Amino acid sequence: MAHLLRILRPSDARTRDITDLGLHLRRREFLTGAAAIAGAALIPACSRDEGLAVAASSESGAPDAVTPKDKATEYNNFYEFGTDKTDPARHAGSLRTRPWTIAVEGEVAKPGMIAIETVLTAFPRQERVYRLRCVEAWSMVIPWLGFPLGDFLKRFEPTSRAKFVQFETLVDPAQMPGQKRNVLEWPYREGLRIDEAMHPLALFATGMYGADLPNQNGAPLRLVVPWKYGFKSIKSIVKVRLVEQRPYTTWAASAPDEYGFYANVNPDVDHPRWSQRRERRIGDFAKRPTLPFNGYADEVAPLYAGMDLRKNF
Amino acid sequence: MTGRSALGRTIAVACLAPAAWLTWRAASGDLGANPIETVEHATGAWALRLLLATLAVTPLRRLAGWHAIAAQRRTLGLFAFGYATAHFLTWSVLDNGLDFAAIIEDIGKRPFVTVGFTAFVLLIPLALTSTRASIRRLGKRWITLHRLVYVAAALGVVHFFWLVKKDLRPPLVYAAVLAALLGVRVALGYSKSRSSTVRRPSARAFSMARSQSPRTASESGVATRSDVLNPDRPRT
Repeated sequence: MAHLLRILRPSDARTRDITDLGLHLRRREFLTGAAAIAGAALIPACSRDEGLAVAASSESGAPDAVTPKDKATEYNNFYEFGTDKTDPARHAGSLRTRPWTIAVEGEVAKPGMIAIETVLTAFPRQERVYRLRCVEAWSMVIPWLGFPLGDFLKRFEPTSRAKFVQFETLVDPAQMPGQKRNVLEWPYREGLRIDEAMHPLALFATGMYGADLPNQNGAPLRLVVPWKYGFKSIKSIVKVRLVEQRPYTTWAASAPDEYGFYANVNPDVDHPRWSQRRERRIGDFAKRPTLPFNGYADEVAPLYAGMDLRKNF
Repeated sequence: MTGRSALGRTIAVACLAPAAWLTWRAASGDLGANPIETVEHATGAWALRLLLATLAVTPLRRLAGWHAIAAQRRTLGLFAFGYATAHFLTWSVLDNGLDFAAIIEDIGKRPFVTVGFTAFVLLIPLALTSTRASIRRLGKRWITLHRLVYVAAALGVVHFFWLVKKDLRPPLVYAAVLAALLGVRVALGYSKSRSSTVRRPSARAFSMARSQSPRTASESGVATRSDVLNPDRPRT
């Protein structure tokens, strides 16, 4: 993880710029282990290589303020609990997050089940403040607690045939009332290319705002891929499958002309029904320009070198 | 006029209530995480609901015999236009910050904005000609002009359909209500035309009211000039 230990450039947003001061000062309470501290102190500036940082703060001149917690926990897209954005906060109380196990299968040398308690002890949590850009043209800034997805995957030893990772959300209409209707094909599934999954910015989150994840935000374990539209960041995960072929992903299958497999934040590729050029940061009045890869181009653009991002939207 | 009757006052208060509620929520910071979206959706929904309410007036009068409601159609229609205007202003001023390039691009490029904007534009002449003087001056042409309300309502429902990402139930409810209200008109017109000596072409779903005389127009479920001017007069 040597690439995390690098010098900040003046244009980088620093944790203290984009984190509420009290939270920033208390951040070490959330951390366990020296590696985590090293990671958190540099987040989100954990770029791998040189080049201009494209943090929103450097573009607009104003730092990225953390979205108030009540906004981030009452305005959610989590169709398992209903299609209105206030539904998850109202209905997610019925989700039981203990006991909870995650099955890891497919192209791995050591497939198996892992209990959430093991996840919480085996992978030290770091705080990472990431921008979250929804495909619906709104955005938030959220302090997550989690660990690199790559660390999780490596524990199960992916084989050379593991080219993609697929994730699945729990299916249980008794706990997730939104699943009583087939708005989407359940279980909700998402996926990444293996190099995307191994990228240090890709996070498995178990908490936010210094506490465990609220149910409506995807407890007890969710994905956070900050350079992609929010729907890629699948919630309440029960299965991780490493596969050779590009896996089924829910929104791309549901409306293939509107949602792609990659779903990288891209102001130049409109959603067929609305522009992706600008976004409203929750809490702001005026819209702001949307940045390529949600402002993480320096870190992740090399993953897509040579690809036609209009075709692979 | 309409404001003086108890029914008129009740309807005016009922139409103002959603605006008052929104204003109260705005003042107390209770519009949720995305206040502009909340106002945009609420004003759009009330514009559509009141537009459907205006279309319910004739069926209520013809089928339920509630003649007093006819006088309130203008109130309902003007409030529908008021909410549509608020919806348009919320979108253009608050949501888009009067960025004309973005607004024009949206209207031109996004079909759901195109149809919504068209519906709003179609309502403007109807609101402008809602006065008694206009009704008198335009005569039969007033009836023709005000049939645009069917187009506006249909476009409003399409606007809602194309907006939603996945859950089509809410726009389906509006579509079903609109279909029922138009269906009533077709049925009323059809039953009339079967008994009339002159058989009229059947392809008249939307323009059922298009008729040779004010009398048949009235009986096929659409207002005539005299309906509009003397709405309380019971029909035979």
